[in-house]
Amino acid sequence: MLLFLEQVLNGLQLGVMLFLMAAGLTLVLGIMNLVNLAHGSLYMVGAFVAATVAGWSGSFMLGLIVALPVTALVGIAVEFIALRHLYERDHLDQVLATFGLILFFNEAASMIWGPRALFLDGPAWLSGAVEIVPGAPYPAFRLAIIVVGLIVAAGLYLLVTRTRLGMLIRAGASNREMAGALGVDIKLLYTLVFGLGAMLAALAGVMAGPIYAVEVGMGEHILILTFVVIVIGGIGSIRGALVGALLVGLVDTLGRAYLSTVLKLFASPATADGVGASLASMAIYILMAAVLVWRPKGLFPGHG
Amino acid sequence: MARRAVLLGALALGLALPALAALTGLDYGVGVATRILIFALAGLSLNLILGYGGMVSFGHAAFFGTGAYVVAILSQHASLGEPLVTWPIEIGGTESALIAWPLAMAVAGLLALAIGAISLRTGGLYFIMITLAFAQMLYFFFVSLEAYGGDDGLSIWARSTAGPLDLSDDVQFYYLVLALLLIVLALKARLVASRFGATLAGIRDNERRMAALGFPTYRYKLAAFAISGALAGLAGALIANQTEFVSPSFLDWQRSGEILVVVILGGMGTLYGPVAGAVAYLLLEEVLSQWTQHWMVVMGPLLVLVVIFARRGLWGLVERESPDGGGSRD
Repeated sequence: MLLFLEQVLNGLQLGVMLFLMAAGLTLVLGIMNLVNLAHGSLYMVGAFVAATVAGWSGSFMLGLIVALPVTALVGIAVEFIALRHLYERDHLDQVLATFGLILFFNEAASMIWGPRALFLDGPAWLSGAVEIVPGAPYPAFRLAIIVVGLIVAAGLYLLVTRTRLGMLIRAGASNREMAGALGVDIKLLYTLVFGLGAMLAALAGVMAGPIYAVEVGMGEHILILTFVVIVIGGIGSIRGALVGALLVGLVDTLGRAYLSTVLKLFASPATADGVGASLASMAIYILMAAVLVWRPKGLFPGHG
Repeated sequence: MARRAVLLGALALGLALPALAALTGLDYGVGVATRILIFALAGLSLNLILGYGGMVSFGHAAFFGTGAYVVAILSQHASLGEPLVTWPIEIGGTESALIAWPLAMAVAGLLALAIGAISLRTGGLYFIMITLAFAQMLYFFFVSLEAYGGDDGLSIWARSTAGPLDLSDDVQFYYLVLALLLIVLALKARLVASRFGATLAGIRDNERRMAALGFPTYRYKLAAFAISGALAGLAGALIANQTEFVSPSFLDWQRSGEILVVVILGGMGTLYGPVAGAVAYLLLEEVLSQWTQHWMVVMGPLLVLVVIFARRGLWGLVERESPDGGGSRD
């Protein structure tokens, strides 16, 4: 039971990180109608910058503080140089161009930082464990990720529903021409949203650093999971991104932890381990297919 | 006229290439050329749904890789003498191209039928992401397939046997691949010009109108998707024979991206575009990778530039007006 609680928390932690990625991606998708495969590259850039600064200064927090604006600037530069020319194009062109950007970012990262993985230690004051219920210690850093993610989710909700910027974002999403005609500086708005998305990706990347390895290609793995989240949640919907992310995080983590055990009730241990492992790695895709059969536009159809 | 000259020139070059390679001592050129032709075939298969059907599949490597695995798995069972299936009847592996390759096409085609049946319920952006996700799912499936090498992949002991041909000879294999490519090109030309092809193009341009005219658009799209998957399976069967090795990286999403690039670079919705794209992309890769191991740092921005500035692809340069409906995306 305690182990189960731990796995649920692990699932939440993965879900929260996916949400940080999915929120940025779905904002860019919903508002600018731009498919940005290079979103995963921003996640990677954030992690690498933080690992470098932390390695040099010995402080995780300093790494985080530097990585966020640096990644936002990288994102804004990419938007300014390349993506700006693609808003009017169809999705195919966007996929192709941002695929090119991924190749560039991955290769550039391995040129700058080398092919080997970097290590990023979490802050010392979060290195211990917290007893959530008596007798069930849980790593404080992972717990912190969950808390940060939920705070960001609440902040994004307030930003989008309660502030002037959020109003402009919603206006831009539902009718770009009209918002522009009413005097909203769409170009500036786009750049801001893109920078915000980049910063969220960097936050996810930095927090992933101490848990997973900081290496070239880390962005693509999470990018594809993020796509699954967005497809499940519905394109353009932040609420959908949150629900989808938590769902994917939980299904993936619990599937890996328990599918083999459950299958052992029905099959021989060897078969159960083999089938369980492959089913577990496919579980979220099966979930996605199931959701789509039921609701082809995702759980919370936005303005895709 | 230019079109005819380019085509005849390309055909002559294709036929003479092994002799040229032998003359200049660049024997590895035959292997590179074979690889180019196989990627051209994969590009052709994607172009059928992308260029003519308007379906942006970002998971085409799934069918490509599955075709490769079918050949590899059959070959492993044949060389080890273990039966593939023991129940209800015993079926062994095979190294015969006449059995393995059509089977690779059938498995890839059926897989495409299943994936297409779900994916085609959606459209646009969702379709891109779903095909990507399904390809990724298969990628993890093959990674977890420990009996067939899992993450490390599977070596193939010998290339397929095909009647009097000796496929372990690179030149004979090259000519077989070239012949298959020409056959597929001819069939595809027929298909595109047929009623089926015209309907598909109609669906691409205006699906609602085609539906209103009474065409079952979903079924047409699904049929095209399955045919395309089967052709990609054939390309996969060929690549498995060429490299004599398969691994989950054959289904990697980057591979899907490369096949997309081949089509777009060459010019989508044109018959010969994917061939031109495969030649350009793989030669560029070859040249750049000899120059620096970090060739992707050049290739990436190059792709961005191609997308932004050269929208009709390479074949668009040869063919000012494309009679088979290229450039209809606008």
